[in-house]
Amino acid sequence: MTTVHFKINGEEKSVAAPPMKRLLDVLREDLHLTGAKEGCGEGECGSCSILMNGELVNSCLVPILQAEGTHIMTIEGVAHLVEKNEKLHPIQQSFLEKGGAQCGICTPGMILATHYLLDKYPQPTLLQIQEGLAGNLCRCTGYMRIFDAVQQAGRQNLTTGVAE
Amino acid sequence: MRSNVADFTLIAPPTLNATLEILACDSSLYTPIAGGTELMVALSANRLAQKNFLSIKHLTELRFIDATPDAITIGSGTTFTDIRRHAVIATDLPLLNQAASWTGSIANQNRGTLGGNIVNASPAADSPPALLAYDATVTLVSATGTRTIPYRDFHLGYKKTVLRPDELLYSIKIKRNFGGYITYTRKVGTRNAQAISKVALACLALLDNGVVRDIRIGAASLHETPIRCTATEQSILNQPSTPSTIAAARAALATEVRPIDDIRSTAKYRAAVAASLLEEFLRTLSG
Repeated sequence: MTTVHFKINGEEKSVAAPPMKRLLDVLREDLHLTGAKEGCGEGECGSCSILMNGELVNSCLVPILQAEGTHIMTIEGVAHLVEKNEKLHPIQQSFLEKGGAQCGICTPGMILATHYLLDKYPQPTLLQIQEGLAGNLCRCTGYMRIFDAVQQAGRQNLTTGVAE
Repeated sequence: MRSNVADFTLIAPPTLNATLEILACDSSLYTPIAGGTELMVALSANRLAQKNFLSIKHLTELRFIDATPDAITIGSGTTFTDIRRHAVIATDLPLLNQAASWTGSIANQNRGTLGGNIVNASPAADSPPALLAYDATVTLVSATGTRTIPYRDFHLGYKKTVLRPDELLYSIKIKRNFGGYITYTRKVGTRNAQAISKVALACLALLDNGVVRDIRIGAASLHETPIRCTATEQSILNQPSTPSTIAAARAALATEVRPIDDIRSTAKYRAAVAASLLEEFLRTLSG
């Protein structure tokens, strides 16, 4: 076991875990943050997407030791950031309004991939959206409603609450 | 079945030198791990033969892009995102920029490294055809020193390379002398986004009055390693790109590729598509 220290959704944490334990499993089992999902477990589906030092990564492919000293943001952090205003994050609101979320398995990853995308391209083109979300698979929506949701969030250019 | 994660160890020495010292003491003990986009997949699938890992992801000494007037040197720990964001690579090494954008999703490009893509030694990897076409050199480092070799001599056979267990790939260097070259690259997979190649080519050619004065063809998924198609290149060199040259080049290509049947495609399909890609490239060289 190794003790690893990192900041998660703004809070300092330390976790004792085997060093090769996947960050995804630490989030879900040790920290009870079950927003990030396991889909494929091999970096193809994006349902475990989180932001690590502001970069979009698949948490199923990160050994926990490599999270030492990092800042992590999960879907729980996205919601928390706007809780004070008693409103969802604008990206979440857009997904709701445009029908971009159905069964919900891909949604946390989609929201974080969108967060990362809008951070780089505040008003992305359709092509930028398609590339930015190509690593996030959805079996429900057919993607069109997700693209609509991202475009709506982009039109509002609402990227407030971006984690460090 | 999932691996028991407690069976594995992972250490993260603070510096490159400390890492090399550990590898020098008992290199048989440790497998280096950078972005984890390959090894962590194997961990999840319970396919990891090795038990002890050495993290090199945090080593800033391995993550750099150094552009001088003569060459671009890329540290092995440089991510595909770093490569895509680099303005000089985008203008001077378009084949590498394109290969980086083909490597997995954005999330994988944020973690995966150029060094990992090379050392993992998959014949289907995205960056090797470009590196072969550019005639890159690679510098290997160990506690006892460094050595620099042409990248085309790096792969020995399927998943076999010249890298010793006590060595790390340190950097990849490409000369900046491709200004007048025509470039062509195309990857054929099951779909456009994030597919592993069935076949890929990365090509460069220099024309002088319609005659091909230099040509380099790198290929993926056509042999047990990434290859330079030297016989094909020789068939085109000092020729104009005419229908007869193209026919001779297609014939030469067939003699030097060894595609296989596997989960992603068949040998027959790969050979046919490779010849079509070659022809598509050569047609761009016809006046």
